[in-house]
Amino acid sequence: MNKKFKSKITTALFVIPSLFIFVNVVIIPFFMGIIYSFTNWNGFAFNGSSFIGFKNYVEAIGDEKFAASFWLTTKYTLVMVILVNIVGLALALLVTSKIKGKNLFRGVFFLPNLIGGLILGFIWKFIFTKFFEQLGELIHSSKLFFNWLDNPTAAFWALVVVGVWQMAGYVMVIYIASIESIPDEVMEAADIDGANPWVKFKNITMPLIAPAFTISLFVTLSNSFKQYDTNLSLTNGGPFGSTELITMNIFQTAFGYNKYAQAQAKAIIFFLVIMVVTIFQVYTTKKREVEM
Amino acid sequence: MKKKGKVNSSIIFTILGAIAAVLTLFPMYIMLVNSFKGRAQIFTDTMGLPKPLDFSYYINATQKMNFLRALTNSLLITIISITLIIVFSSMTAWALVRSKSKLSNGILYLFVITMLIPFQSVMIPLMQYMSKWEIKAINFSMMDTFYGLIFMYIGFGTSLSVFLYHGFIKGVPRSLEEAAVIDGCNKFQVFWKIVFPTLKPITVTVAILNVIWIWNDYLLPSLVLRSPNLRTIPLSTFYFFGEFTIQWNLAMAGLVLTIIPIIIFYLFSQKYIIKGVMEGAVK
Repeated sequence: MNKKFKSKITTALFVIPSLFIFVNVVIIPFFMGIIYSFTNWNGFAFNGSSFIGFKNYVEAIGDEKFAASFWLTTKYTLVMVILVNIVGLALALLVTSKIKGKNLFRGVFFLPNLIGGLILGFIWKFIFTKFFEQLGELIHSSKLFFNWLDNPTAAFWALVVVGVWQMAGYVMVIYIASIESIPDEVMEAADIDGANPWVKFKNITMPLIAPAFTISLFVTLSNSFKQYDTNLSLTNGGPFGSTELITMNIFQTAFGYNKYAQAQAKAIIFFLVIMVVTIFQVYTTKKREVEM
Repeated sequence: MKKKGKVNSSIIFTILGAIAAVLTLFPMYIMLVNSFKGRAQIFTDTMGLPKPLDFSYYINATQKMNFLRALTNSLLITIISITLIIVFSSMTAWALVRSKSKLSNGILYLFVITMLIPFQSVMIPLMQYMSKWEIKAINFSMMDTFYGLIFMYIGFGTSLSVFLYHGFIKGVPRSLEEAAVIDGCNKFQVFWKIVFPTLKPITVTVAILNVIWIWNDYLLPSLVLRSPNLRTIPLSTFYFFGEFTIQWNLAMAGLVLTIIPIIIFYLFSQKYIIKGVMEGAVK
């Protein structure tokens, strides 16, 4: 009995340090956040704040700028999920083919992923402004190459270009792992049957890498939704607030306009949307995996 | 005939790969060449090689960014955070695997489900809550201190790390540990002498995933750290860039400086990084 008790104590000693920190950094603030979002908290002392029901949520949903950044984020995420996965899969197929210098290419394609979004955004800021202007003049195509960050539509696509450049390498790594696990015999059998590359890709590779799709879609979906750093350094929401993604809107509401409680209501909406969308995505793609 | 076709496809793939690689590296090239150019050349020729090669922007940027300070700060924060994340989360995961109970399952689920919570959903109350952890008499504060920031990094890094360790430890046989217990080792000795060395592959994965994230993180330190001399590399880049966007050569030199440590790290551990990311993502 004594021994059992002692063993429980040591188990607790192993678990408590990380659990203590985790609970204080994530769990308690999370629940505080839910409570705050129903009050008129002003960002300072919570004492003295009172409950105001769903008022913050109603105001958040009624906030035109929030609605705009919500749609922008949705559009951004949708475009990103499609492009990142196409580019990432294409790169993965390329570096698993009969290419020379496989590892060098993998290394190069993955590199942007290691550099933080903030620094990437700054590098591209120079490209989209100075370099694009000069290129436009040089090759006389200023319709395509101009200062992209001065134009709302082009600035949105600038965000997409940087995002794809950053995330494609990461997704590529996931697809490589999956493609390399396809047994050689399967491909050889297809060769003997005289299948052409497209048929092999469509009927063998695609179904067998279905689990990689689940993961990659999940990763691109949640990372695009949470994008902040590149948005901050590349466009900072401009021009004229046209590229403010949802995370930037939350940040601005809190630390720019000091509407802390409303910002927290937006943060909770943001959390709920991410949760519902990713769970729905994993659920549907998993189901397809089984069917295939 | 067939062999010839194979050679051709290999050449085509290699050319395609080279084009994609040039496109990938092109922004870095532009950044690099313009960090050496004078103002006049940047305005007329962003694409060409710099002439003459002017290193003065690097010296200037190093001073204005307080680069060595930022580098030391980033290294300190990253290394200490990673070490503690590894120590705490490996111990926790092992204890959770070995003590099969409803409670330990519940704790694991708690770690796993909270991985979906985005940082932005907790940052506002977190800052308010942490600013209350303050003892003025002994100058203890979670805000604007390295230990405060590291504490929060451990909090955010634990979930994924415990989860990865947990998955790995489930496959580690118990027999060795039991032998050590019979030999009279206590639990701490069993863990650090017998178990922890066998966890090396997953420890590398956990370390790499957390390094990439913590090293590049901007948002959390921007909220926690106020003093200029505590700035990490992303923070000092942000403030520096805000001040010097008009001087592109200086700004580009600053960016090259921030990327050098990443390139060095990548050259030495590319194999582990790609493997680590693969394992981390698949689980």
